[in-house]
Amino acid sequence: MTCENCCIELIGIEKSFGAQKVLRGVNLPIRRGFTTVIVGESGQGKSVLLKHILGLIAPDAGQVIVEGRDVTRLRRSELKELRTRFGVLFQGAALFDSLTVFDNIALPLRERTRMPAAEVREKVRATLELLDLSGSEDKYPAQLSGGMKKRVGLARALQLDPEILLFDEPTTGLDPVRSHEVYQMFHETQKKLGYTSIIVSHDIPKIFNLADYIALLHEGVIQICATPEELQRCEKPLVRAFVERVMGRMYSSEIEDLALAAGI
Amino acid sequence: MVEWLENLGAKALGILMEIGRAGVFLFWSVVGIFRPPFKIMPIIKQIHVIGATSFTVIFFTGAFVGMVLGLQGNYTLRMFGAEGALGSAVALSLVRELGPVLTGLMVTGRVGSSICAEVGIMRISEQIDALECMAIDPYRYLISPKVVASIISLPLLTAIFNIVGLMGGFLVGVRLLGGSEGAYLSTMKSSVMAADIRMCFIKSICFAILIVWICADRGYWVHKSRNGFGAEGVSRATTHAVVISSVAILVADYVITSLLLA
Ligand SMILES: Nc1ncnc2c1ncn2[C@@H]1O[C@H](COP(=O)(O)OP(=O)(O)OP(=O)(O)O)[C@@H](O)[C@H]1O
Ligand SMILES: [Mg+2]
Repeated sequence: MTCENCCIELIGIEKSFGAQKVLRGVNLPIRRGFTTVIVGESGQGKSVLLKHILGLIAPDAGQVIVEGRDVTRLRRSELKELRTRFGVLFQGAALFDSLTVFDNIALPLRERTRMPAAEVREKVRATLELLDLSGSEDKYPAQLSGGMKKRVGLARALQLDPEILLFDEPTTGLDPVRSHEVYQMFHETQKKLGYTSIIVSHDIPKIFNLADYIALLHEGVIQICATPEELQRCEKPLVRAFVERVMGRMYSSEIEDLALAAGI
Repeated sequence: MVEWLENLGAKALGILMEIGRAGVFLFWSVVGIFRPPFKIMPIIKQIHVIGATSFTVIFFTGAFVGMVLGLQGNYTLRMFGAEGALGSAVALSLVRELGPVLTGLMVTGRVGSSICAEVGIMRISEQIDALECMAIDPYRYLISPKVVASIISLPLLTAIFNIVGLMGGFLVGVRLLGGSEGAYLSTMKSSVMAADIRMCFIKSICFAILIVWICADRGYWVHKSRNGFGAEGVSRATTHAVVISSVAILVADYVITSLLLA
């Protein structure tokens, strides 16, 4: 173990799909109690990276250390035990399409806890309320809009008060007001519960407020993993180019925020 | 030549791997039955899906198989002047062979395909990954209730098939073609032994396991098969599943019969 206060550490992860080399030696420490945001262009392997942490994909080389244990070497039961600490949102939400919204959100409570039915109902109702989903509990995922699916996925991931959150693009497909609220919610709950979170996001300038660390994945390696301030001061050409592009978008996002503040 | 051998070897290895994986699949599905939390509702739901909804098709297949047995039996036995043995012939062929095998095949076609498609779609849309990430054992949650429901349903469906078939044979052989009612009933009663019923029961339970095992396994590992992507991958897996489990039922039928008759 090289990193003292890390709860997850990726060491030299390599992964190819056929001839395509997606990850070429990813090193990434995830610090306990902080939010690490993984950014990078589409198709660079961010989702693949998350799946390595979850033990859904085995790396060709390298180690995935979660809580001091190598995920790639765990037995099924140990892996399952480890996963009880995760709260996961997939990029495509991965809702159970033959269950209603309510049952989707209640599933982890019903399967993993002995909570009485009335309490489950209460808790799910509260989460639905929080995420502005009241009234849709009897709908099926196919009947939801893209942003609603994302929110149902979020609600499901948060049910068991996980220690580690892994969110793949939690706000993609949400309108600015909603994504603002989701970030707000993250911020508040994290302060309260102190969980570790890993968020993949394209919502770059905005996510800077939430992120403690930002990791830039490009060409199959983590180019930099630093605080937002450090990232903006970094001299590495590749990182500079990235930041400059982001700054361009920062401008439009400020207009958005102004509009928000003005209540438009 | 070398290349040809290599291909052959690779194919053989691939098949062996698949069989190994299927063995592991069955193992975890059975282990899942005994893992808490125990839930009765999913099993009841699956009994409805596998058993109750198959009732009509089993009823009609049973009736017509019995009727055609009555017809054929009457015709053939009359050649030997043994019309009296019709009850025995119909009963033994139904109980020992046709009941369990045809029920198994009908259920494969009706339910096996839907099991495979359901599990396959859950796989390609990452729902199974999501289950695993929520630390819910997908075998216990998805497959085990189907195994239990199938083990409960198939013997019952087979029994229904047999009874309806016997009545069909009676209808045609006795009522329609004018055979002796007393002979049909008495030879039927006297020829079917406890061992025959036991064979019927064992077969239907084996088929129940085979159907869910093969069909769910095909769906569960659809992403590992060649071109196992999207709707087409699932549809191909479903076809495979039905073909493989139908053949497996017939093979298993032979094996079980030869073991039990020995
Ligand atoms: N199961 C797979 N088989 C083959 N190739 C894959 C597989 N999964 C991902 N890839 C490839 O890996 C690369 C990275 O995919 P990934 O989904 O991680 O991108 P991403 O960084 O999450 O992009 P986005 O921001 O658009 O979500 C892509 O080129 C993709 O084609
Ligand atoms: Mg992605």
